[in-house]
Amino acid sequence: MLEVTGLRVAYGGIQAVRGITFHVRQGEMVALIGANGAGKTSTLKALSRLLNAAGGSIRYCGKEISALPAHQLICEGIALVPEGRGVFPRMSIVENLLMGAYTRHDKEGISTDREHVFSLFPRLKERAQQLAGTLSGGEQQMLAIGRALMSRPKLLLLDEPSMGLAPLMTQRIFEVIRTVANEGMTVLLVEQNAKLALEVSQRGYVMESGEITLTDEAANLLANPRVREAYLGE
Amino acid sequence: MTPSSTLETLRTDKRIVIAATVIIGIALAVLPFIIGSGLGNSWLRILNFALLYIMLALGLNIVVGFAGLLDLGYIAFYAVGAYLYALLASPHFGLHLPVWVIIPAGAALAGIFGALLGAPTLRLRGDYLAIVTLGFGEIVRIFLNNLNAPVNITNGPQGISGIDPIHLGGFTLAKPISLLGFTLPSLHAYYYLFLALALFIVFVTIRLENSRIGRAWVAIREDEIAAKSCGINTRNIKLLAFTMGASFGGVAGGLFAGFQGFVSPESFNLMESVMVLCMVVLGGMGNIPGVILGGILLTILPEIFRHGSGPVQLAIFGKILLDPEALRMLLFGLALIVVMLYRPAGLWPSTTRRREFRGDSTNDELKAGE
Repeated sequence: MLEVTGLRVAYGGIQAVRGITFHVRQGEMVALIGANGAGKTSTLKALSRLLNAAGGSIRYCGKEISALPAHQLICEGIALVPEGRGVFPRMSIVENLLMGAYTRHDKEGISTDREHVFSLFPRLKERAQQLAGTLSGGEQQMLAIGRALMSRPKLLLLDEPSMGLAPLMTQRIFEVIRTVANEGMTVLLVEQNAKLALEVSQRGYVMESGEITLTDEAANLLANPRVREAYLGE
Repeated sequence: MTPSSTLETLRTDKRIVIAATVIIGIALAVLPFIIGSGLGNSWLRILNFALLYIMLALGLNIVVGFAGLLDLGYIAFYAVGAYLYALLASPHFGLHLPVWVIIPAGAALAGIFGALLGAPTLRLRGDYLAIVTLGFGEIVRIFLNNLNAPVNITNGPQGISGIDPIHLGGFTLAKPISLLGFTLPSLHAYYYLFLALALFIVFVTIRLENSRIGRAWVAIREDEIAAKSCGINTRNIKLLAFTMGASFGGVAGGLFAGFQGFVSPESFNLMESVMVLCMVVLGGMGNIPGVILGGILLTILPEIFRHGSGPVQLAIFGKILLDPEALRMLLFGLALIVVMLYRPAGLWPSTTRRREFRGDSTNDELKAGE
């Protein structure tokens, strides 16, 4: 579904991503893990067209998307949950969710999807009229994921969903991510918390200083001594 | 029942809405006669200026309040509208085009200038955007000041005088209009024209606020990256905010030129931009009734200080200690500080901002606490 070949991302002269190649198949959840500064977020920003790639190709469903403007990706079926959540703080939860459906015009479908998001995150329904800026970090993450789902994406890009969250809240967020994936969504998950990410994913890529150094089934990566040492603190 | 929920029931009850509309309508219709006979024509002029400033403040509110783009050069669009009217309807070029051509043209030209300002500043936000817009406002003013050589276009610092008053359907608004044995003085006629256009702009702004475009503006204000990933074409939507806001300024500028009969570059200095911005911020950024209130108060308050501070000083001290003109700005500044300290969200903030500044966490919690 998503094929990335030789992707390079540079900030001025500094290369953050040095020609990586990976792919995500339809219906699959893939984790991209690595330490701070490995280039994970830059990769995702290039995929979601918030940054221009310095080279390489990004093909989605057979179509080259590396020249599309960012706002058109959602029409192609790619939704991003940005790093640091990026909810609209002075809009209510309902309004945030409606912004997720900005490109859609089918009123009934939108309200069905809203109810679906509320069923995934009952907490959001309880606070539907509350301003997003007053939510806790975990609730904001729920809202950001819910908003992305409102566009009925085919591919969901998640950037560090566990960032700054309490462990218990992280667990709950990942449970929902797993539920969404089980419903058939294709997910690319960028995450520092390697253990959690690999536990919910089928496959994983390990990134180090802008390059992919290791790739395998998620279960094998979890068992890999190198990964255990570097990312699981053993 | 809380006061806000009372207000909500008032708003939803159709009969009350209609009654309120009728009462406000009658009040607005008789207002010039009350002010004209009670306070005199100078206050009627001030009232007309208040209406012009309301249009300006509503236009700036689109850019600053809705889209969150700080614009310190907004008065440039007012200048564009005013000078277009002055050039197309005065002896300066010998052109005397009708008002229904000039005002829409002024709105369009100001809109183009808005896009011209918007295009290079798309990547800027906050302080940086403020500096560029400030520069833009000054560039326009300095151009107007200097475009008298080699070809005299704007007549430079002397400005353009003898501008045609506004004509409507065979009537000139400069003289009292006699219709069916009833005479409408000139200032009153201008009042009704300005009121009609101000109401039109209010209507357009309300429709915009509740539209897809309005929500996209707010989304960009709140988080531009998230707005992009929601599928909003942030470039076009931001340009549209600049263009729409500027065109309102252009309309107000054209009316100003026709009303005043004279334009010169010094009417469009930085202080004027700051004043309009103050109206938006003080009234309640992003909230239409608040912005209107800000426009009225900030036009009228300085005049009250100007006219009132002399007599008050005489009554207290027996002589005038401070020049009323100097005191005016001092009191005005103090008033701004006091409002911002005690009502940081503005005098009449939107419900969202009120909740934000109060730090309310949730409606549910409030209900649970009752």
